Order: sequence, then C-alpha cells, then structure tokens
Amino acid sequence: MGRYVIRRLLQMIPVFIGTTFLIFVMVHALGDPVNALFGDRAPDPAVAEKIREQYNLNDPLWLQYLKYMGKLFRWDFGTTFSGQSVTSLLATAFPTTLKLTAVAFTIEVIFGIGLGLLSGLRRGRVADNSVLILTLVVISIPTFVTGYVLQYLVGVKWGAAPATVGDQVTLDRLILPGVVLASVSLAYVARLTRTTVVENVRADYVRTAVAKGLPRRRVVVNHLLRNSLIPVVTFLGTDLGALMGGALVTERIFNIHGVGYYLYQGIVRQNSNTVVGFVTILVIIYLAANLLVDLLYAVLDPRIRYA
Amino acid sequence: MSAVARVRWAVIVATSVALVATGCSSTSSGGGGGGGNANGIVTAWWGDPANPLEPANTNEVNGGAVLDMIYTGLVAYDPKTSKAGNAMAESITSSDQQNWTVKIKPGWKFSDGTPVTAASFVDAWNYGALSTNKQVGSSFFQYIQGYKDVAPTSGSPAAQTMSGLKVVDDTSFTVALSQKFSTWPQTLGYAAYYPLPKSFFTDHAAFLDKPVGNGPYTIAAWTKSQKMQLRPNPDYSGSNKPKNAGIDLKVYTDTNAAYADLQAGNLDVDNGLPNSALKTIQSDLSGRFLNQPAGIIQTISFPLYQSDWSTGNAKLVRQGISMAIDRATITKVVFNNTRTPATDFTSPVLGDSGGYKEGLCGDTCKLNAAKAKQLIQQGGGIPGGQLTISYNADGPHKEWVDAVCNSINNAMGDTKACVGRPVGTFADFRNQVHGKQMTGGFRTGWQMDYPLIQNFLQPVYVTGASSNDSGYSNKAFDAKVSQANGEADAAKAVADYQDAEKMLATDLPAIPLWYQNGTVGWSSRASSVMLNPFSVPVYTEITVK
Repeated sequence: MGRYVIRRLLQMIPVFIGTTFLIFVMVHALGDPVNALFGDRAPDPAVAEKIREQYNLNDPLWLQYLKYMGKLFRWDFGTTFSGQSVTSLLATAFPTTLKLTAVAFTIEVIFGIGLGLLSGLRRGRVADNSVLILTLVVISIPTFVTGYVLQYLVGVKWGAAPATVGDQVTLDRLILPGVVLASVSLAYVARLTRTTVVENVRADYVRTAVAKGLPRRRVVVNHLLRNSLIPVVTFLGTDLGALMGGALVTERIFNIHGVGYYLYQGIVRQNSNTVVGFVTILVIIYLAANLLVDLLYAVLDPRIRYA
Repeated sequence: MSAVARVRWAVIVATSVALVATGCSSTSSGGGGGGGNANGIVTAWWGDPANPLEPANTNEVNGGAVLDMIYTGLVAYDPKTSKAGNAMAESITSSDQQNWTVKIKPGWKFSDGTPVTAASFVDAWNYGALSTNKQVGSSFFQYIQGYKDVAPTSGSPAAQTMSGLKVVDDTSFTVALSQKFSTWPQTLGYAAYYPLPKSFFTDHAAFLDKPVGNGPYTIAAWTKSQKMQLRPNPDYSGSNKPKNAGIDLKVYTDTNAAYADLQAGNLDVDNGLPNSALKTIQSDLSGRFLNQPAGIIQTISFPLYQSDWSTGNAKLVRQGISMAIDRATITKVVFNNTRTPATDFTSPVLGDSGGYKEGLCGDTCKLNAAKAKQLIQQGGGIPGGQLTISYNADGPHKEWVDAVCNSINNAMGDTKACVGRPVGTFADFRNQVHGKQMTGGFRTGWQMDYPLIQNFLQPVYVTGASSNDSGYSNKAFDAKVSQANGEADAAKAVADYQDAEKMLATDLPAIPLWYQNGTVGWSSRASSVMLNPFSVPVYTEITVK
C-alpha cells in the first residue's frame, strides 16, 4: 500500500510538469499581452519595454517557464497586470469554489444516490420511469440554459432566492447555483446507482440476507447499497475535481468570484501568471482526487489489493 | 471499523464538509450590507479594473469611473454639455499658446488631510511620464517639454523630471509645451492629470490598496476583484457634493448576472447592460433606461502602408465601400438603436460649437449601392479581389462585421466581395495592427479622452500619431491641425480642425460607421440617473429612496 502511494506520487511529477508547461505554452501562443494593456492606443515604446522586462516577456519561452517554476517553488505565483498577487486571488477564489462544490456535491450525493436507489428497487414501475425521464431531460439540457432559466424564474420573477451570489458566499445564496452545477452529475449518479442496484438486487448475498429474515431496511442499506456504491464512488471522486474546475459557466451566471471566473479573466487578459497559477492548483487537486479514489476502491472492496 | 460504517462515515464527512464550508461564511455576511438595503447608499455595476488604480496608469472605463469619483482635476467636464470648466484650477493662462501658467484654488485637501499644492500636480505628472514607472498613460504628457528625456523610445531615461514643469509657489506652477496647443487647458480633465498626495510616493503599496484623492468620494473599503465602498469625502471643497450617502460598486462576472440583479432589485444602477437585454429593456424596467450618445466613434480603417491601398484608385474604392454600407439598418437591427449612423469623424457629444458637424462626410457616408458599385469598379475593383474586415473575436463584433459585409456584397452583387476575418484575442489583434500586418480593412474605434475635436483628429490621423493605425500621412492635414492648435480663438480653431477633417472625408483612411451610445438602467429605488459624455453614470447626482 505504502509503496503504491509513493509510486503514484512520483508519477505525478512528470504529469505536473507536463501540464503546467503545456498551459504556459498555450497562454503564450495567444501573443504579446502588453499591447492590449494600452487599449486602442499605440503603446509608448519605452513603457511597453519596461513592462515586458517586469514580466520576463523578453526571454525565450523555456527560460520564462524556468523562472516561473523557480518562483513557484518558493510559493510566489507572481502578480496580475492589475498588481494583485496571484496568491491572494487563489486565497479568495478557492474557498469560494470549494463552498460551491461542497453544496453541489452534497446535493449530488443525497439526491443522486437516493433517486437511483428508489428507481433501482422499483424497476419498471412508475417511479423508475419518472426518474429515467427526469434524468434524460436534465442530461440533455446544457447547464447555461438551466442556469439562466432557474435564475430568472426563482431569482427574478418569484424572488424566492437571491438571483446572484456576489461577495456574500452564504448557504442560502449557494443553493440555486449548487442545484444547477449538480444537476448533470446528479443525473449520472442516479443512473449509475440504479444500474448497479438492479444488478445486485438478484445477487446471492441479497437473497441470503432476505432468507436470514433481516429487516428490509438492513438488507437494502447494509448489503445492497454498500456493494452497489463502488462504481458510484469512483465517479464521484473524479467528479469532485471536475466540479472544482468546471464551474466556469455556473460561476459566470450567478456572479460567483471563484476559480472559473479568475481563470476566464486571466485568459481574456492573457495573464499567464493567473492562468498557470490556477491550473497548477487544479492539476494538484485532480491528481490528489484520482489517487484518493483509487485508494478508496481498495477500502470499499477488500478483494482489491495494491502491492 | 466495518466497511459499512466506513461508507456511512464517508457520506457523513462529505455532507458535514459542505455544511461547515458554507456555515463558516454565513457569519461574515452580516457586515456586508449589500443588496441595496442600506439607507441612501447606491449599489452600482462595476467591472474589475485592468490596471492598478493610479491616475496615469488607468486607461479603461472601470478604473476611470473610480478615479473620477475620488479625484478632482484642474478642469472638469459638464456632464450635459461636455464643456470644460475650471475645477481645482483658479486660472490657466498663456500669451503664446505654448507656455502656460496654472494657478490652483487654495485650501483644498486630500482625504488624508494633507493640502493639495502645485507640487501635488507637478510630482504626479513627472511620476506618470517617467518610463521606469511603467504607467500606461505616460504618452499623455508627450506635449510637455522634456518628455523625450524621461521617456526615450529606447534605453534608460536621461532625466527624472520634465524640464517643462516648474513649481512657482504653493498655488501656481508653469508648464512649457513642446508645441503650440491652444486647447491644452481643456484636456486637463483627463484622469492622467490628477494630483497625487505625498503618501503616494512614500508608501506606494499602501496607496495602491486604498488610493487617496481630493474628489467628492473617498474609498472606505475595497475588496479587490469583488466590491468597493465609496463614501462622501468630508474634506471635499468642490461643487459636486454627493447627493447620496455613498456608492457601493459591485464587480460582476457577467453582464447578464448584473441585469438579473437589477431586475430583482438587488442593484440600483447598471451601466454594463448586456446586448441581449436591449430588445426588452424598456418594458423590463418600465422606462428606467437611458440610451444617449457617448464620445465613441467606430470606424473601419485601411492599411495605407500597403502599396495597393495607397493609390488614387484605392481612394475611390474606399469611397465606394463606404457608400455600400447600410448604416441605418445595421444600427437599428444589430445594435437595437444603441448606435447612431456617423456622418463625420467626431462625436455628437462635442456639440456644434465644440466641432461636431452633422453631414461633414457628405454623400460618402450615405448608402448609395449603385454609386458604390460604380466607384469600386472605376477604382479597379477591391485590391486583392476580396475585402476582408479583421476584428477581435473576443469582443461583440462578429454580428456587425458580417452585416457590413452583407451590405457590401449586396451592393456589388457578389456574395464573396467581402468576408469577416476574426482574430482570436484583442491582444493578438492589436499586435497585428501595430505590426502593420493588415492587408484589408480592420475594425478601429476611438473613445475620446477629453471632449475636444482635437482629440478625435490629432492622435488618430496625424502622421506618426500614437493611434494612427492606418498609417495615414497627409502634409496638408498635419499643417492644418497644427495651425488649429496654435489658434487662440476657440471658434477659429474649431473651424481649422473642421477644414482638416474635410480632407479625411475625401482621403478616407478610415470609414466612419457609427457613434456609440452609452446605456444605463436603474432600479425603482434610484432617481436622477444620467450619463456623462464618457458613458459613465454621474454618481454624485444619484439619489435612492
């Protein structure tokens, strides 16, 4: 187990260097960001030169990357063109996105597994079909449509919940964006749970449990659901990373100043410091989440062993 | 721990993380006071400024809006008439239109209690011009003597201060310009010319966290990238005293999000309205909406540095292209009347006495498909056989470029006469424009820095000027502009500028398309909302119930 973890951690190093370098190259492929700072006016050559010097833009790309990584290991992510340190952006963005992710993830787990279980236990009946149709509808509608429609109906027309989040990242403000963000994954979780529950409900150990005379509740929760959850947990683990990085659309619709917003801002303003800094953290989160899922796999299913 | 318990535990952890994470924040929301509930405080839309908030380092509307609230310059522009009037200046005089004496009003204070003196201006301007300070607005000081020493085109500056600036006493200083410039005093309302307190130079980092000014508002709190709270400045000595208890600027990730908040009553003033809202905005807001000209003109420029675009025949082609564009329909259909078809090279906000002249461009800027086709054919057809119009794809330009091309194609009876050419980002687009890599037409726009006809002509069309993207060079035009700059009488100067402008109408280095409007919507709580000629709300006048 320990050796497995160490091997996985060592594998992360080339992945980490590769992804950050790719992102670095991609942001630079967009061209020289300095001219855009001057808007429609031609930049003053003297000033433009000094700005390029400050951000190492005159160096060859590989040297820029090395300088950037050198600073990164001293926890210096550089500054944006507006003079804010990227570390301070990370400090405001990640907690916000983490809160949103936590709300979305909770909704996803509770309703996804709940609906999936309900549907799997009542296979072929009205409840099952309704869940199937509902999830089909949710999967086929893009997030920004659900987002804008719910925002208009709940936030503007009925005034039942705040239309946007803004600087007050509170639970009541996050429920609406949380539902929107969770909706698609929720549908997948429900379908996945349903399939495995349907498979396992005819398994020998469930029949044995029923034959032993165990109460139905115990059979379902302790025997059926536990074994059915293995693939669902795998999905949830990878989805956690996706939720954190992929909330861009939801964050824009509901004015949430999280990771997606700063990434977008960084790309539009061609600020490689912001983009690479955020992506670096996201890469680490993805890698950690993946490792965690693989380890959790072994915990849930004793047959899986890592040597 | 059994496996079942472990699973259950995992679920509990997941949910409790969620609850703790969100629970933490609910306590901090109490002090926020947003959502427009506080008495007399206006909440307004804002975008994150692109540069640090320093007067000479701000060249976009979001940073500019704040600077205008926290600073008062030597002159200020009337929000209705655009006329420049003395604000902090007692007088700005010159006998030769080149050497100026500025006297400032005594008794003014920065919000940190220190007095505003002549040195506050001179030090600020020297700081803004020095190239090692990396201020994006440094070129605004280019007319002052000694600018070339503090900002040489290459290498290190030879001097730290400009030789043309001299402090006489606490309330007066002299400015020597490198050329005659009769309307120079009227340019001084621009943000780059604001004064700076001593603390700017002694503790720069603290200043950037919370800029200090001499304007009607002070910054009470600023959470960067999220929110700024401005409150009336008790030390303010000017005439634009705020009529509200303060302004809370909220940064929005998206204009649609702001519009949703405006409709839901969580936002009072929104001047970042999304295009998609414009069709229904009158009924959405029951008429609480303003759509008025701003000092912005949109044009299509041509690469006169390319041999096939610089000929006499190409001039005819450009005139033909201009006549092929159906400005009236495009402004109505594509822009929902938030643009006005252009008939000169300036902007209606200047007013007739300021130099705006309706119809100066004449028939060249009017739709006449038959004449257009004839002129283009007479000029030997479009250089290269097809007109491309380049634009940056990260801005809202595709729709109108396609519409303009359709206009031209219809006039030519050829579906391939004109195509749009998107360039990924604004930065890349500007790089290509600067690198003189354009081979066809390209999108250009000019937002005025100050409401003067000079600002629409000199920086854009004079040979080698900072925003002369087309590479236009006409000695007669340059001479006329510098003659106007040396003219002491304002009316005569305007007439000279207009004579110069008439040369543009025949040479057509750029085709005027339309004047851009400023738009603003407001909630039922707010009243007295208006826009200044820079399409920024006049924040001091807004009142809320």
